[in-house]
Amino acid sequence: MKANPTQPASPEARPAIAKSVTYILRLYVAGKTPNSIAAITNLKKICNEHLAGRYQLQVVDLLENPQLARGDQILAIPTLVRKLPLPVRKIIGDLSNTERVLVGLDLRNKT
Amino acid sequence: MEKSRKQIPKSPTGIQGLDEITGGGLPKGRPTLICGSAGCGKTLLAMEFLVRGATQFNEPGVFMAFEETVKDLTKNVASLGFDLKDLVARKKIVLDFVYLEPSEIKESGEYDLEGLFIRLGHAIDSIGAKRVVLDTIESLFTSLPNQLILRAELRRLFRWLKDKGVTTIITGERGESTLTRQGLEEYVSDCVIVLDHRVNDQISSRRLRVVKYRGSTHGTNEYPFLIDEDGISVLPVTSLGLQQIASTARISSGIPRLDAMLGGAGFYKGSAVLVSGTAGTGKTSVAVLFAVAACQRGERALYFAFEESPSQIIRNMRSIGIDLEPWVQKGLLQFQANRPTFAGLEMHVMTISKAVKTFKPQVVLFDPLTSFIIGDNQNEVKMMVMRILDLMKIYKCTTLFTSLILGSTSVEQGQLHIASLIDTWLLLDDIEIGGERNRCIYILKSRGMAHTNQIREFLLTDHGVELRDVYIGPSGVLTGSARLVQEAQEKAVQTLREQEVESRQLELERKRTVLEAQIAALRAEFAVQEIASIKIIGQEQAQEAQLAQERTDMGLSRKADATSNKQKGDAK
Repeated sequence: MKANPTQPASPEARPAIAKSVTYILRLYVAGKTPNSIAAITNLKKICNEHLAGRYQLQVVDLLENPQLARGDQILAIPTLVRKLPLPVRKIIGDLSNTERVLVGLDLRNKT
Repeated sequence: MEKSRKQIPKSPTGIQGLDEITGGGLPKGRPTLICGSAGCGKTLLAMEFLVRGATQFNEPGVFMAFEETVKDLTKNVASLGFDLKDLVARKKIVLDFVYLEPSEIKESGEYDLEGLFIRLGHAIDSIGAKRVVLDTIESLFTSLPNQLILRAELRRLFRWLKDKGVTTIITGERGESTLTRQGLEEYVSDCVIVLDHRVNDQISSRRLRVVKYRGSTHGTNEYPFLIDEDGISVLPVTSLGLQQIASTARISSGIPRLDAMLGGAGFYKGSAVLVSGTAGTGKTSVAVLFAVAACQRGERALYFAFEESPSQIIRNMRSIGIDLEPWVQKGLLQFQANRPTFAGLEMHVMTISKAVKTFKPQVVLFDPLTSFIIGDNQNEVKMMVMRILDLMKIYKCTTLFTSLILGSTSVEQGQLHIASLIDTWLLLDDIEIGGERNRCIYILKSRGMAHTNQIREFLLTDHGVELRDVYIGPSGVLTGSARLVQEAQEKAVQTLREQEVESRQLELERKRTVLEAQIAALRAEFAVQEIASIKIIGQEQAQEAQLAQERTDMGLSRKADATSNKQKGDAK
């Protein structure tokens, strides 16, 4: 279950893991708010169930790096950004609604 | 002391006129809502507030744009002379474009807008911003799904901005029945300014109104404002209290005889003169002569022509022997020719104000004022005249308006109800008599000076304007040829009378001469008679004496008693 821990280092540095589509995800949080913690937990669960072995996840704490909010046009916290595959998708909220997250990540049909 | 404490601290906008209306600017450290329909100038007002803050008041600012990209924004305000690139480079302003594409956003569970807070907070801290603009934060409502969360977060945002102590402008699109579409006015309660953009008779005018200003007095009227190459200028309708000091100095009207009619000295300096008349009565000539008189005194005259081009005026004035060209070349006379329909009335007031500010004339002419009346905007025109007059009082200019009276309107109707604003009112009129139309002039009113109540005939000659007495006789006022005929007749009668008097005098003289001659003849005759008489008297006396002698001698010879002899002699 803990095969893929969070990767704070730049995900681009790593080569693509599999031939199938690799998901590059970035989760923006702000400190240890309940929403943030819930989002991290929920996301990891979803990834392990549906994207095992073919995703990279980077969690960005905006309290530590506020300048990063601009790049991905982050307003809402937490926001999950699917950087790859294109197009870019954003899911806001604590990701408690798994169904919606899966739709948002275009994973609904693949399960 | 108490009172001055009550006035909340303010953050000057640096926008012409707005600081006057708000009594010093927007509430410092608090949010202000600026709302209005599309294209009414919200973004520009907010941007000018920021730029002026950064350049004039040393208050850096953050502009968070929700609708325009940084590139577009920079380009758009560059046309107003704001160099955002430079300001950004000098860390005076941060521009942040917040963009949310609704189609790529899904919602799953609870969230908040901490990201916006962090972003804004970071921008504020990075340059030590004192001012913030959120333009237009309402667009979040279309991008983010959960309105309840959004509302709660906005409330938190405004409170947070207040705690940060930044002066904030939030712009909002005007809603159907509310000030803003999403009811932002509920959250921003300190100061609300509404902008409006109206089109009347195809001419647009922008207006600004301070709806609310908590903790401060403010002007409550709708104030026209303008956007031009220098940014926004708000024009307080009647900012001037009637405090100006009236000058007692007088200046010539340029027509000596008219000066004589005006108590011998012309108009008061700084007064407002209205010259009205029907078509072709010589209004422009009166205006031009007044301007020329000013130039001859070495003063500057600014001529606003609304119906003729400068070259047309110069050409036409040559026909009455007035050459304006030299004054224009000397820089004493300046023309500003614009069609009234070229812009809204506010724009005209602004351009007038600017021209007056830069040219600094002593005399300003508007020819003709009536061309501003299009449809039934008389009230607006009256307000405009009032503002122009306020302006002229500030700059101590003597103002002359010409006004066209249409044949069908009465004198009062033709005057836009501005008569009460005018100090001296000259009326040029046509008198139709004996198959001629002749011009005449009279003074309807002239405040504060004795002036004639008489009509003068107004002649446009090839050497300027002449005023003549009109003939007033049993058949009324006579002008033109009728006057000339009458004058000729009078002259003939007078000549006749003169001749008669002369002949009578001659006759009298002749009689006197005759009489005097007679008198002299009589005198001479008398003198002759007198001499003769005296001679006779002398002879008689001599004879008498001789007789007496002879008698004495005889008595002596008779040796008679002397006395008896004498008695005897007497008895004889």
